[in-house]
Amino acid sequence: MTQGFIIHNRSVMWFIGLLGLFTLLVTLGSEAMGTGVISTSLVKTLGKTLCLCLIAIAMDVVWGYCGILSLGHFAFFGIGGYAIGMWLMYARTETIVTESLARQVIPPTPAEVTDAIGAQIFGVVGSSDFPLIWSFADSLILQLLMVVLVPGLLALVFGWLAFRSRVTGVYLSILTQAMTLALSLYLFQNDSGLRGNNGLSGLQNIPGFESTPQATISLVFFWGSALALGLGYLLFAFVVGGKMGSIVQGIRDNEARVRFLGYRVEGYKLFVFTLTAVVSGIAGALYYPQAGIINPAEIAPIASIYLAVWVAIGGRGRLYGAVIGAALVSLLSSWFTGGGAPDVNLGFYTVQWTDWWLVLLGVSFVCVTLFAPKGIGGLFDYLIRKPR
Amino acid sequence: MLRTLACLLIICAFPMGAVGQSLQPILQTHAAEVADPSRGSVSVVLDDLVASGLPQVPTFLERWSDKGVWQNTADGQFYYGRTDGDDLALTDIDTGTQTTVDRAGYTELRPNGGVRRVIGTALVQFQLSDPDLGRRQSAIDSIARRPDADQLAPLLASIDGEPDTALRARKIQLANFLSASFAIDPADRIAAIDSLSRDTSIEARAVLNQILTTRDVVGTDTPDGNIARILTVGTDITADQAYDRLVAADLAPAAIPSAAVRDALAANITDGRVGGIPTAQLNTEATRAQAYAALADRGLVPPRLTEEGRAAAIAAHVFAEVHTENDPAITDAARAALSSVETRVAAAGFADLTLDAMSLASIYFLAAIGLAITFGVMGVINMAHGEFIMMGAYTGYVVQQFVPDYTVSLILALPLAFAVTFAAGVAMERLVIRHLYHRPLETLLATFGISIALQQLAKNIFGTQARPLTSPGWLDGAWVMSDVIQISYIRIAIFVLALLFLALIVFILKRTRLGLEVRAVTQNPGMAASMGIDPDRINMLTFGLGSGIAGIAGVAIGLYAQVTSEMGANYIVQSFMTVVVGGVGNVWGTLAGASLIGSLQKGIEFLNPSNTLAAQTYMVLFIILFIQFRPKGIVAQKGRAAAD
Repeated sequence: MTQGFIIHNRSVMWFIGLLGLFTLLVTLGSEAMGTGVISTSLVKTLGKTLCLCLIAIAMDVVWGYCGILSLGHFAFFGIGGYAIGMWLMYARTETIVTESLARQVIPPTPAEVTDAIGAQIFGVVGSSDFPLIWSFADSLILQLLMVVLVPGLLALVFGWLAFRSRVTGVYLSILTQAMTLALSLYLFQNDSGLRGNNGLSGLQNIPGFESTPQATISLVFFWGSALALGLGYLLFAFVVGGKMGSIVQGIRDNEARVRFLGYRVEGYKLFVFTLTAVVSGIAGALYYPQAGIINPAEIAPIASIYLAVWVAIGGRGRLYGAVIGAALVSLLSSWFTGGGAPDVNLGFYTVQWTDWWLVLLGVSFVCVTLFAPKGIGGLFDYLIRKPR
Repeated sequence: MLRTLACLLIICAFPMGAVGQSLQPILQTHAAEVADPSRGSVSVVLDDLVASGLPQVPTFLERWSDKGVWQNTADGQFYYGRTDGDDLALTDIDTGTQTTVDRAGYTELRPNGGVRRVIGTALVQFQLSDPDLGRRQSAIDSIARRPDADQLAPLLASIDGEPDTALRARKIQLANFLSASFAIDPADRIAAIDSLSRDTSIEARAVLNQILTTRDVVGTDTPDGNIARILTVGTDITADQAYDRLVAADLAPAAIPSAAVRDALAANITDGRVGGIPTAQLNTEATRAQAYAALADRGLVPPRLTEEGRAAAIAAHVFAEVHTENDPAITDAARAALSSVETRVAAAGFADLTLDAMSLASIYFLAAIGLAITFGVMGVINMAHGEFIMMGAYTGYVVQQFVPDYTVSLILALPLAFAVTFAAGVAMERLVIRHLYHRPLETLLATFGISIALQQLAKNIFGTQARPLTSPGWLDGAWVMSDVIQISYIRIAIFVLALLFLALIVFILKRTRLGLEVRAVTQNPGMAASMGIDPDRINMLTFGLGSGIAGIAGVAIGLYAQVTSEMGANYIVQSFMTVVVGGVGNVWGTLAGASLIGSLQKGIEFLNPSNTLAAQTYMVLFIILFIQFRPKGIVAQKGRAAAD
């Protein structure tokens, strides 16, 4: 059945094919393969971009297909990152602490080891006790479950509350934004148990692979990100392609009519909201080991709005549009703000892109909203004539 | 001066000394102490000097402590002196006759710091009646800083002669403090303490707390003295704290922490074993305790206290807090006074909190009302509203660069800020929002695009550092009602401004043609259009009005917070909450929302003062829950207008 599904969806086939080709090219060009055409930091950037594409298609499904403009999906992304970051940080600190304590004449008790790890991790916020939320930090499996469960449960509870009381439209957007704000404010506190605004750091060091060079690790993560993006794309294409996709798009176009037709609108919305939240969490869990650090600023409401910007520029209501938008805008953004773009000398004033990139982004975003509501993806409509 | 001093001396019932009598003989009587005073002996000299009641005494004391008194080494006479190269300008202490001599035959008196302090205390009683108001004031301040039993009598004596009403009240208050602590007759002290129960000042509370000071006492029996309370181990203090007190009082051996145990074990390794246990097995507390016990048996380390031993030691002792004040009647009175003061302070604190909440609410109201108008009338979410606030604040800043007078510049800035943001709002409505009326979510995103562009533009023009918007001098300071209740004038001004705008907006909406048309378009744009109202024009004007008010709010906010390119973003989410909680499309709803959010935030901050971030987190969570139960806000629209 799946085979039939792919064959009937040409765009999915194209996308998977292009993604595979891209992965192959990056692999061949990477330092890990010895060619070194693509530097390790670029591999990391590309890997991170793939994760951003993954959360962008999740956003596209919830907004472009279901009509819920969620300004909270980056919070789920961040939660996923924190969940995996806790294990990475704990396991690595444990290795370091055990090594240093092993040199003592008297072997350490388990309590001493835990205390030392706690002091090492929470020293920056003036504490040494493990908060309750770190109870499972020593187990990779449980923390991986957290990556899925915490965003999923949060989305489930939040969505249930919101959809049940029929909060829709801009109200829902603001409510999700409030949720994101509350979460980031909570994480900014030093006694939140997640190191306040220091965040979690050193996540690029994978415990157990200390001797493996970063070139290899980054390539493996790139593969993982590409695989996750491919699977996520398949999953969402499947979800929005079938009968369910039609209902979901019906909810977007006229919620009341779908309800009058006898469908449980809240159930569908809740399913889409929760599923996309889970995928966002997974994307975050893949992103932050490549970024190396996560702090509460990443979860600030502005990040979720940028996510909406990517999807809008790329083109809503088509999965490849979200991928194009996320990849293009985030790569352009790092090119412009990273000082890679050449300054433009107007004679009387030199435009430095580090200063003017956000102005350009804002203005072009307004233009896209006004003149090209279908985004960049809309261009494909002109190229590909749909079979009638 | 002489008359005042004489007056003081009569009141003080000090022995009268005839004016014009000489100081020198008294000094000569105590020549040795005056020449080389020590803290212990100087009081004899001072007592005699004060008792003499001579008018020269205060001047002498001042010069003495300023190292301005010289002694003739030959005949031991004292003079005021000032060095002038090798010469010394001498002034006779009694007659004031001036001579210039060679400094070789004279020595300077150098009282040390301790002596100078004692002299200063003696001086205070003279300064208390000084004709100069400033000196009396500073004498009172110095008493307030370092209250002392000796100062009570002169302070009491100086009250009746005090001409300045404010200072007189202050003297009476201070005298009360001093008699509460130092009066000799316990009845006087209790009377003074009772009178303090109506005083909510921090000083009065400090005096009462000072009287109620306790020290921790530990012993085998219930201690003597004025016992404040007997501590129960487990409820009042933890067992650890109790044991620490025992150790501090040398009643029990210090506990050996586990780190010390480990070090002791490491120091006693023989053949890879400690106390017969291989080191490799010492990775649990149990085996370590066993090994340590083995070492202790051999006398190599001090024995470790067992849990039972510790509990027995704690049980055998009584832990108590004993008042340093011995008279129970006085401590009881002080306790009663303090609890009455605390009730008053709590009431005043609540009033202060209410003021704070009202001022915060008025800020939120100002920030949100413009948004509420555009959101309510047009159903448009303006994410750039915060940037309009910022534009208003920067307008105020720019005006201040050209108009140096802060009052004038503020008066100019308010209408200018309105004009600038009105124009920006109209332009935005014409260029962008008009094309997106039927796509509210896209308006949200488009205005967000404008918001990031404006923010970055402001950063490029004004830089990233905060710019000050200085308020005029008459807005500096605070209205202090008591030590507990105070509010800064800027906040009062913002409150008044918010009230003005509330009145203005209600007037425009309810009493003008424009308001009528705005309400008509809000309720039913199609019907309004068929009645001859041009919805385009109304929308444009409404948007301009909402944005203009944001500009004015920006000036107001800039006055008490710093002007940065991000200041708008800090208020935007709060403003949205205010609008959503209050109910869309209603001025009173926005007022209710602002009051609710303002008082909620202050209330949570009061309960958890150390952590404003937590306060904000809880507030946002509360709002999320609130919207669950009243999705349309406090003041919900009814009828057809509420359909979507």
